[in-house]
Amino acid sequence: MKFGILVNEGLYQHQASDTAYQFAKAAVEKGHEVPRIFFYHDGVYNSSSLTEPPQDDRNIVNRWAKLAKDHNIDLVVCVAAALRRGIKDENLAEGFRISGLGQLVEVGIQADRLVVFGD
Amino acid sequence: MTEATGGIDFEDEGSGVVKKFMFVNRKAPYGTIYALESLEVVLISAAFDQDVSLVFMDDGIYQIVKGQHTKAIDVKNFSPTYRALEGYDIEKLYVDRDSLEQRGLTEDDLLVDVQVLDAAGMAKLMSEQDVVLSF
Repeated sequence: MKFGILVNEGLYQHQASDTAYQFAKAAVEKGHEVPRIFFYHDGVYNSSSLTEPPQDDRNIVNRWAKLAKDHNIDLVVCVAAALRRGIKDENLAEGFRISGLGQLVEVGIQADRLVVFGD
Repeated sequence: MTEATGGIDFEDEGSGVVKKFMFVNRKAPYGTIYALESLEVVLISAAFDQDVSLVFMDDGIYQIVKGQHTKAIDVKNFSPTYRALEGYDIEKLYVDRDSLEQRGLTEDDLLVDVQVLDAAGMAKLMSEQDVVLSF
């Protein structure tokens, strides 16, 4: 099955980002496809290259990048939500790209299921 | 297109596929940004010629209540946008009856024409959708 994923919450503050990651990882490991993960609302913070979590904690940003690289997943950050919150190309982590909301609608059209993670 | 999508071949947006998109609005219009940013996705989905429905339930009902004045909190009053949805061919607006009644509101208190559904009606409508986005 082809899953699109929408992440609506910031990293560390909220479990949504962790759960979305675990879901995406489990899906691809089971042989499903996750062509695109879209980050919206405070979810855009998942793409900040400026995060420095403590050494003994998970690194959410790097974890997304690795998952995307290993499984050819398109990580898209909403441009309008990103600019509002100070995420720009200068501080965009590796593996992510900034684009428009059309990318979310597009994956909704093309995936078999769109799964939303948020409050 | 291939480069822009990280090596994944998505078909052109003009592929002609029309899905039923439902946006479920559950949160008050101010206090968090969910309602405002949800409205932005709604408008984009209309540009993709999808079959769009909006649902207002829980505190989301307050998004379409008449007479919003936000000057005192220095936040933009975006409620006029709901009245403009018709211009984007978004005319399927649904309201959860319990949410409306629990807040002491009636259809007359709302900015736009809606169809009021009970829980069973809402469940049926949701089960008929292809994509449900909840904000």
